[in-house]
Amino acid sequence: MLRGSLPEPTPQTAWFWDATRRGELYVQECTACGGRHFPPRPFCPACGGREVTALKCSGRATLWSYVINHMVPKGGDGPYVVAVVRLEEGPLMMTNIEGCPQTPEALPLDMALEVVFEPVSETITLPKFRPAADSNGAGA
Amino acid sequence: MTRPLASIVGAAETTRLGVLPDMSELDLHADAALNALADCGLTPADIDGIATAGENPAMLAQYLGITPTWVDATNIGGCSFMTHVAHAAAAIRAGLCRTVLITHGESGRSRVGHVPWTVPPHSLMGQFELGYTPTMAATLFTLPALRYMKTFGVTEEDLARVTVVQRQWAGFHPRAFRRDPVTIDEVLASRMIAWPFRILMCCLVTDGGGALILTAPDRAADFPTRPVDVIGTGESVEHLMITEMKDYTSSRAFRVAGDQAFAAAGIDRADVDHLMIYDAFAHVPLYGLEALGFVKPGEAAGFIADGHTAPGGRLPMNTNGGGINYMHSGMYGMYALQEAVRQMRGTAPQGAQVRDARISVVQGVGGMFGTAGTVILARR
Ligand SMILES: [Zn+2]
Repeated sequence: MLRGSLPEPTPQTAWFWDATRRGELYVQECTACGGRHFPPRPFCPACGGREVTALKCSGRATLWSYVINHMVPKGGDGPYVVAVVRLEEGPLMMTNIEGCPQTPEALPLDMALEVVFEPVSETITLPKFRPAADSNGAGA
Repeated sequence: MTRPLASIVGAAETTRLGVLPDMSELDLHADAALNALADCGLTPADIDGIATAGENPAMLAQYLGITPTWVDATNIGGCSFMTHVAHAAAAIRAGLCRTVLITHGESGRSRVGHVPWTVPPHSLMGQFELGYTPTMAATLFTLPALRYMKTFGVTEEDLARVTVVQRQWAGFHPRAFRRDPVTIDEVLASRMIAWPFRILMCCLVTDGGGALILTAPDRAADFPTRPVDVIGTGESVEHLMITEMKDYTSSRAFRVAGDQAFAAAGIDRADVDHLMIYDAFAHVPLYGLEALGFVKPGEAAGFIADGHTAPGGRLPMNTNGGGINYMHSGMYGMYALQEAVRQMRGTAPQGAQVRDARISVVQGVGGMFGTAGTVILARR
C-alpha cells in the first residue's frame, strides 16, 4: 500500500535534492540529442547518451492532469490534489497543488502554475506548485 | 488465420470467489490449480511447466508437488498472466516443456498470507511520487483520465456508463460480486474515491484465483475439454511511474501489445466477436477500445453509449461484468482470460454467452497503466 513517505536520495539523485533545498528545480538535457527528461538519471533515455547536463527550470508549469484524493490519510485535513504538471521545459512531474481550493472548479486543466519549495525534513524539500501569481486561475 | 500457437485445455477459477478469510493466498493458487487439473483430467505429475505472478513459482512447485523443466515468474502487474500465456506458448513450441500450469491467487480483500506491494523510499517512485501522498492505484492509475476527458470531450457520465453497461453483463453471472442493475445517476452518487472516480467506477477488492493449463495444439484433442486455441499474443511495457506515460490520451503499451497480437494471429479487428479489456477503472476500456483499433481516438465513449459493447451489441465487452463488477483481487488478468475461455468453449452463463463467438481478444494492463499483455483466443 502506498503511503506518503520521504524520498531517500541515491548517489545519482542527491544533486537534485540538494538543489530543491536551495530552492532550485532541475530537469536534465542531453548533449547529443537535446532530449529533456525527468526524473534524473545519468544518461539520456531518448538516445542512450551519457552526457547530460542539469537544466535549471523557470518554475513555471501548467496543470496537465490530476485527481482529488478523498482517501485522506490519518491526520490529513481533507481531500487533496495529486497532480501531474507539465514543466515549461517539457517533462511531466508529479506534485501537489497548494494555495487554492482542492476542487475541480478551482483547478481547470492547463491553468498556469508556479513552483513553491516545501521543506519536509532537514534534508528533503519537495517541489510543489500553486496557481501562478500573474494568472487569474481561469486557465492560461 | 495462422495456425494456433498453443491450446488451453484446462481452465478454472477458485471454488469460491469474493470474501474468503478462511483461505491463504497460497491456498487460493492451489485451489485454482487443482480445479484446472481436474477440469482436464491431469495430476500435478503431468505438469512440466509453471508460471505465476505474486507467488514465488518455487513455492508453488513445492506446494503442488511439481518438478518443472520450464518456469516463468514474470510479474508486471495484473496482465502478468497474459504474458505467461504468451511465454508458455513459445516454450511449448521450443520444446522446453509440454504441459504448462499458470496460476493466480490473491487474498486482496482479506489479506490472508498476502504479499504486499511495497515501494522503497530510495526507488524512483519512492523519491518522486510518494512524497505527494498518492494512496493507492486509485490515485495513480487514474491520473491520465482528466487529460483524456478534456481532449475528447468525455464526461463523468461517460465514465459511469462503463460501469452501467458492464453491470448488465454481471447480472447474468451467478458468481459476480455486484449483480444488481445500476444507473448512471447511482454511479455518480456513489462515494467519491479520487475525483472524477467514484467507488462504482473503481475495481472491486475481493479474494480468489484462477488457473490455466496449456499444451501443444496437436495434443489438445487428447483432453476431455473443448480446446481453446491461442492464435496471437503480444506484450509491452512503457513505464511504472505514471509521469513517464508519454501520451495521456493513449497507452503505448496497449498499442504495441495489441498490434503484435493481431499481427501474430493474422486477423482483422472486424473478425473479433468478443472482447475483454482489463477494467481496473472505468476509463481503461475507453483507452483499450481505441488503442486496439476497434474505434478511432476519442470514439470509445460514443461506441459504448450506442450499445455496441452491451448485451445484444456487435462487440460484447467484459461479459463477466469486468473487474468493476465481477471480481478483482488486485491482479485481475486471470479472470479476464477465464471469461474468454468460457466464451470460446460456449460455457458462459445463459444470457452472457455470446452466440457463435469464434474469436476473443483479451487485453491486460498492469502496474500504473504502464504494462500490457494481449491474448487472442479462437474457438475450435
Ligand atoms: Zn539523447
